[in-house]
Amino acid sequence: MRKFLNGPWVLLMPTLIILTCVVLLPLLLSLWTSFTPFKLTKPDTLYRFVGFRNYERLIGDIDFWIAFGRTVLFLAIALNLELVFGLGIALLINKITYGQRTLRTLMMFPMMFSPILVGFQWKYIFNDNIGLMNNFLREFGVIQPIPWLVDGILANTSIMAAEIWSSTSVFAILLLAGLLGIPKDPIEAAKVDGCNSWQVFKNITLPFLMPFVFIAMTIRSLDVARAYDIVQMMTGGGPAKRTELLWTLISRTGYVDAKMGMANAMSYISIFLSIAFTFFFFYKLVEARQRLSYE
Amino acid sequence: MNKKQINNILIWFSAIVLIILIMTPGLWVVLTAFRPQVDVMAKPAVWIPRNLNLIQFETMLFGGSEGSMGRSPIPVLSYLRNSLIISFTSTFIAVLVGTIGGYGFARHNFKHKNKYFLLIMLTRTIPGISLSLPIFIIFSKIGLIDTHIGIILVFVALNIPFTIWLTDGFFRQIPRAMSEVAMTDGCTKLQAFWHIELPLSRSGIASAGIFAFLISWNEYALVSNLARSTDSKTLTVGLMDFTAQFTINWPGMCALAVFIIIPALILTFMVQKHLVTGLTFGGVKG
Repeated sequence: MRKFLNGPWVLLMPTLIILTCVVLLPLLLSLWTSFTPFKLTKPDTLYRFVGFRNYERLIGDIDFWIAFGRTVLFLAIALNLELVFGLGIALLINKITYGQRTLRTLMMFPMMFSPILVGFQWKYIFNDNIGLMNNFLREFGVIQPIPWLVDGILANTSIMAAEIWSSTSVFAILLLAGLLGIPKDPIEAAKVDGCNSWQVFKNITLPFLMPFVFIAMTIRSLDVARAYDIVQMMTGGGPAKRTELLWTLISRTGYVDAKMGMANAMSYISIFLSIAFTFFFFYKLVEARQRLSYE
Repeated sequence: MNKKQINNILIWFSAIVLIILIMTPGLWVVLTAFRPQVDVMAKPAVWIPRNLNLIQFETMLFGGSEGSMGRSPIPVLSYLRNSLIISFTSTFIAVLVGTIGGYGFARHNFKHKNKYFLLIMLTRTIPGISLSLPIFIIFSKIGLIDTHIGIILVFVALNIPFTIWLTDGFFRQIPRAMSEVAMTDGCTKLQAFWHIELPLSRSGIASAGIFAFLISWNEYALVSNLARSTDSKTLTVGLMDFTAQFTINWPGMCALAVFIIIPALILTFMVQKHLVTGLTFGGVKG
């Protein structure tokens, strides 16, 4: 008993109890539900086991795979662009000496916006009738309003713009913190030895920044699903499923069509997708941290 | 002009373009909240505001007045109350539990520590909408749908992992020797924690708290499905009401958006410094 009280477990116990009750047990229920034809309208169906039927149907469901593919593609493009833009912004601010602190604070502006607000704000900007975008274009003679949120490609691009606006600053801020911590000596030495700026960047700056890249990626991969809020607000997955992501599809299947069993099967696939993302970046981060550790 | 001056001008030019890109969307929403409907709908667009007013806020808080086209108001005050109660309570509990957990991780070495840490963080990666499905089923069975307690419980679980991540980093920055000295002088472990480690990591815990508050304040995916009425709907869910209830009332929505953004704005400015050190573990110099 004494050993237990002095050990780590007594400290971790409250955390473990809460997470078990609110996350782990629901996930187990979710797993069970995905093997039943459970519908909210027919409570009895929760106890009918149908094996892998939901999953088999999903494999043959073209709508599901389109949403799945769109989600992966969306994340891949968005995360990479955010990283590139974030790096660019961090390098730019790093070059500025006067007013750097103010710039850094202004850079945090999008981080204060909840995803639902980001969605709303860009829905307003891209509104075909009174939006900032079309009003602006009209001044330059584009009389025919552009249907930003109706056309498939334009709608996905608009959502991407919202997503990038809201998350690039996370990368910018963290990478800037990394840049400010780079020791000056190796850079000076390299310049004396005749390296050009690109070589300095590639061989000194970038390797030093890598842990920060992975920290940013890990933090981002924790909440990639917040794209749900943005899409739900901007288009609701429509029109005609043109912007449907995995998460909006789950929400529609579960709550609108009341097909809880099927929705849970989908959500398990989405959970594995999220965990795979995070797992990958976290291990990269631990690696990079050990390599760079000052302790 | 020499090369360096041109370089400087280019840098400042891009910085200004950047600031405009970052600030415009938010400021446009704030501006719209104070503009009359006529101006917002005008074509060609009215760029320079001719007059500003508070009608949208009056309508939102006290019901329809003249000029608001007689619309019935959204119960913003109930939403605000729910948001405050839920966010404050869940933050308090999450920080309490999370700080204890973070201390456990920072001060104890045990088998598979990294794996447990990762496991706890992984609970945070589960998409809100996926988690909401089974919780919805459970809550409707035990009557927690549309209650403060239910939503608070979910938010606590949502915020614990991040609180542990942040506080673990802050505790690890405090040299172990400090509490060890106190303990050889006769302090118990708890006293050493209370008098030495806790005060030293106060600012870190505060920023973890503000972070948790912001996550609760901004959450949408989970609440939108667990809240059904004015009893527990929060402001973020209320924003969606505007799209469902009317042909979209843009200035009205913008006014509610301003309501949501103000606390977040103040709090983020307060923690911005700790945010960066906290997220980068402090240990990597920055």
